[in-house]
Amino acid sequence: MLCERCKQHPASVHYTEVINNQKRQMNLCEACAREAQKAFGLGPALNLQNFLAGLMGPVIAAETPGGKQRLKCESCGLTEEMFGEQGLLGCADCYRYFGDRLQPLFRRIHGSVRHTGKVPQRSRKNYLLVQEVDRLRAELHDAVEKEEFERAAELRDEIRKLEERLGRRGGMGT
Amino acid sequence: MSLKEAVHNPYSPWMDHAAPETDVVISSRARLARNLANFSFPHQMSPEAAEQVVHAVALALRDPEFSARFGEVELVRLAELAPVERWMLVEKHLISPGFVTAERTGHQHKGLVLSADERLSIMVNEEDHLRIQSLYPGLQLAAAARLADEADGLLEKTLDFAFSDRIGYLTACPTNVGTGLRASVMLHLPALVLLGRVKDILTAVTRLGLTVRGLFGEGTESAGHLFQLSNQVTLGHSEADIVNNLESITRQVIDQERTAREQLQKQMPVVIRDRVSRAFGILRHAYVLSSEEAMRLLSDVRLGVGMGLLKGLTPRLLSELMVKTRSTYLVKTSGRQLSPPERGELRATLVRQALQGVKNNS
Ligand SMILES: [Zn+2]
Ligand SMILES: [Zn+2]
Repeated sequence: MLCERCKQHPASVHYTEVINNQKRQMNLCEACAREAQKAFGLGPALNLQNFLAGLMGPVIAAETPGGKQRLKCESCGLTEEMFGEQGLLGCADCYRYFGDRLQPLFRRIHGSVRHTGKVPQRSRKNYLLVQEVDRLRAELHDAVEKEEFERAAELRDEIRKLEERLGRRGGMGT
Repeated sequence: MSLKEAVHNPYSPWMDHAAPETDVVISSRARLARNLANFSFPHQMSPEAAEQVVHAVALALRDPEFSARFGEVELVRLAELAPVERWMLVEKHLISPGFVTAERTGHQHKGLVLSADERLSIMVNEEDHLRIQSLYPGLQLAAAARLADEADGLLEKTLDFAFSDRIGYLTACPTNVGTGLRASVMLHLPALVLLGRVKDILTAVTRLGLTVRGLFGEGTESAGHLFQLSNQVTLGHSEADIVNNLESITRQVIDQERTAREQLQKQMPVVIRDRVSRAFGILRHAYVLSSEEAMRLLSDVRLGVGMGLLKGLTPRLLSELMVKTRSTYLVKTSGRQLSPPERGELRATLVRQALQGVKNNS
């Protein structure tokens, strides 16, 4: 469908206008939609971007002693506000800086917080170690719950060893 | 066909009719989103960094194993193509509209790679550093996914992709994180639309984790009765599961559409024959056609072909006409801007010419 104003670019923004009980659908390209927004004072069209930021988890008070301090990625400089506006993260490290607050968002969008698909060849060793650490952590949790403290101590040592190996390989990943 | 030729030819190999389920499925696509570790994502990076990414990808394409599999492909910058040529590639579904319209990264730092058979394309510096995309005619999701996976596997020998051990491939938008895989099919569902059933079926489909879009727009009232189904979830399922889920749901929609066509044929044979033959007659003899009318009539004719009511027409010819009747192609072929009446006239002329030799002896 072409934009009905300039008839040049594909229409990618769709407004529904209601005038005198008549419903009318307007199909515009991005450039024309921006113009129309200015000219007719239309509200912003619903888009994925505004929507995503709303799914982020709340700021945990203990994490931000400064009160209203906002999150920011130290690597690329992306702030929470910028994420709110664009719905895009700025770099791979953003996933670490925004870390826990992205979890509810993943859960809502994907119903999961864990990748189970393809792994690049060069990440494979690291990936398997991390899987192992996470498995042992779950076991440890279990052991503590059941008050099997000897088993828990063993697991804690094993985890520590693996984490040291991971540290040497360049970090735990996200 | 090289990229520079691809922008002139309205035909693309994915329009080939020798593919499974082409009576309902137009094309199958798999797209992988990938980013280079150590570079900000395209919207957050400097022109210098964008240039480095383009270079890195160009280098990876020269890997002997990659060229042994996909041929000697060149990376063309968007700036090297005329605006109308860029839109031709959009109309052929080889690149996304956003790739052409987004202004965050300059066109000189956006790269495009296309294999000779046009089955594999790679957009460089779209929303992610790489969008590896594969397009097949008919229902061939597994084949499309395999091809994109192969290209990804060969590229990762040279390129270090951003990957997290817990949440997988890292993408600019969190909706793509994990596998980075978006698999999709384009379906032609005219009988379900005519019987007023399409909305219920597509609503049911969205409850099964799929996204539905009308072609050339987000709404469900789609031009030409074309709909795209794609997976919504990219994290927590394997690539194979994502593809299999989409494929099995697509098969059910195909069955529904075929049943609806049989029903039309049984309950209103004359009405439906009149509709498709009338559409064919108008396309064959009209001197002025609007873009919307052409889309609608081509959809009716395709339905007639699928139901065996119109003979001598191939799905390929119809797909090619869908590109030819778009304003972009008209401007491209005439080499200048056209007024709406001029477009209507040229559109009708191209359609008449294409259908001239076709004998409809139904
Ligand atoms: Zn416009
Ligand atoms: Zn960042």
